[in-house]
Amino acid sequence: MTALAGWGRYPRIDCAIAAPRDEAALAALIARGGAIARGMGRAYGDSALSATNTISMRHFKRFRAFDPATGVLEAEAGVTLAEIIETFLPRGWFPLVTPGTKFVSLGGAIAADVHGKNHHGAGSFGACVEWIELMGADGAVARATRDDDRFRWTLGGMGLTGVILRAAIRLQPVASGWIAQTTLPAPDLAAAIEAFEANMDAPYSVAWIDCATSGAARGRSLVMLGRHAAPEALPRAARRDPFAVPRRRLRRLPIDLPSGALNPLTLRAFNAAYWWAGARRAGAALVDWDRYFYPLDAIEGWNRLYGRRGFVQFQCALPLPAAREGLDALLRTIAARGAGSFLAVLKRFGAQEGRLSFPMEGYTLALDFPCNRESLNLMQTLDRITADHGGRFYLAKDARLDAATLHATDPRWSDFAEMRRRTGLAEAFASAQSRRLAL
Amino acid sequence: MSGAVEDAVLILGARSDIARACAQRLARAGHPLMLAARDAATLAGDAEDLKLRHGVAVTCHDFDALATGDHAAFLDALPELPEIALCAVGLMGDQAESQRDPAAAIRVLRSNFEGPAVVLSLLAERFEARGSGTIVGISSVAGERGRASNYVYGAAKAGFTAWLSGLRNRFGRGPVRVITVLPGFVATSMTEGMDLPARLTAQPEEVAEAVYRAIRHRRDVVWVRPVWRVIMAIIRALPEPIFKKTRL
Repeated sequence: MTALAGWGRYPRIDCAIAAPRDEAALAALIARGGAIARGMGRAYGDSALSATNTISMRHFKRFRAFDPATGVLEAEAGVTLAEIIETFLPRGWFPLVTPGTKFVSLGGAIAADVHGKNHHGAGSFGACVEWIELMGADGAVARATRDDDRFRWTLGGMGLTGVILRAAIRLQPVASGWIAQTTLPAPDLAAAIEAFEANMDAPYSVAWIDCATSGAARGRSLVMLGRHAAPEALPRAARRDPFAVPRRRLRRLPIDLPSGALNPLTLRAFNAAYWWAGARRAGAALVDWDRYFYPLDAIEGWNRLYGRRGFVQFQCALPLPAAREGLDALLRTIAARGAGSFLAVLKRFGAQEGRLSFPMEGYTLALDFPCNRESLNLMQTLDRITADHGGRFYLAKDARLDAATLHATDPRWSDFAEMRRRTGLAEAFASAQSRRLAL
Repeated sequence: MSGAVEDAVLILGARSDIARACAQRLARAGHPLMLAARDAATLAGDAEDLKLRHGVAVTCHDFDALATGDHAAFLDALPELPEIALCAVGLMGDQAESQRDPAAAIRVLRSNFEGPAVVLSLLAERFEARGSGTIVGISSVAGERGRASNYVYGAAKAGFTAWLSGLRNRFGRGPVRVITVLPGFVATSMTEGMDLPARLTAQPEEVAEAVYRAIRHRRDVVWVRPVWRVIMAIIRALPEPIFKKTRL
């Protein structure tokens, strides 16, 4: 038994974990039932934890084929986006969709149908997936293509439809490793939304939002737009090799911060400082891909920032018509409690694509809270506000939602659970999260 | 001269975790690879991955370390004589089984000593004739002193370490270079399920980095984690009357 947790380090569960090296060993593990595959452990909560049967996919990490004419890459599920970028960016290719860390596995990205800063234009991760090969409850391996029912249940299905073994994904051609970034300071929430709506043609957009400040400046944000830079836009020195970017020094958070280090005072101070620093640097800048897409990857173990007890993340999506009002209510509640986090993110989503995809046309708000009783109580209030505005929740970030709230706000999961019961998948595949949420 | 990136590397026992990590590291540096193991068809997935990631040429070859009579023919059938040969062939076996069953003990002795020594002897002859070549042998700290917990494996590795040492001495003035690698505990399929102390246990990638640097910097004997050098020095220094009563 090994104590395992997700990225938020809550909950921590003693799990039987095995790391098979081939399909036969994997099939033998699946036959025990209650199995869940685990990749890089970057889901925040208990998505990739099963007390009785957690299966690490770290030995399944080979590239299988790449077609330079189409950009389609076939790889095993344990391959990470970091490896894909390291290998293919120098040849002019980049993932079509990437979440905020490059240390996710391909299998995890598919299972959570992750999204990135280009969701409003490119869609979620599923948009680049051509097919998935899954090992089912009986140990048989089958390929599911985009039209298959199994494909639709697997994309966003949190690993509960089988173990993802391999997939083919389409990369996008890029002309450089640099992003032309424009930062727009928005003095309040309305201005932030306006900035998003006015820039729907920017390939990438995301905002850091100050959720510690109340009053007239509530919801002030730094909206960051980006597009892949053309080589001509680069300084002369970088033009010779437009895919080479300065290597970042990896910093490490060596210790757990004391749990009280994050308090209303430090939060307000940090958020104010971040806002003023960002507003002063507003305008255009060239940023390399690593700093643009993965600012936090430079600090190894940043999840220790919240102390030994860990942290929980709240991420919801709100439909466009109710987004403004809903966000306002969420921010009001968070600021009134003196809660909030260093890194709160606001983002405009495009339409939902996959059957189980989290994004919907509207806005998403994501923020961390230190894991304690007050936070968990506050999050229940936020759940209610989200539900009242027709919103839904992101399971890759979740560690504490209750089943009733999930099924009431998002009936797709009830269909999913029903399908799992009908097909026998429910016995074969389960995570601590699927049990908590009655999936 | 051995060590240039265009030098082809032959990896014997290419399916082991250490060998696979070495293949990645050496391909990343630009070396073309020849992967050799039993049932070479099963190496195709690794070969494709190495080609895609690093853009180097990779070929796969059937090789059975215990079929020593076939080793010369195996080497003659390779597309070229490699500049560097890395031997990661090894079999831990089960000590209790090796004590009980002579056939099991023989398998451990032959896999860790006889097979590697025979194929590397043949390579050394060919390297000498050509006037260049580097031999890298993955041995074990277990060969530094026989202990009750794994002395059959340890004895075979002791033999292999002594053999590598002798070969290095024979070619002390060239033209063949010989590198002995002593990994200590490594988290591999060989040790899976064993309860190993984290501070003493290297990842296969760490061994690969040590191998790569040893080739680059022309080292003779490499302790992957220096702490093992201290540990084994102490174990070796224990007087036999005391040592025989220990449980190590």
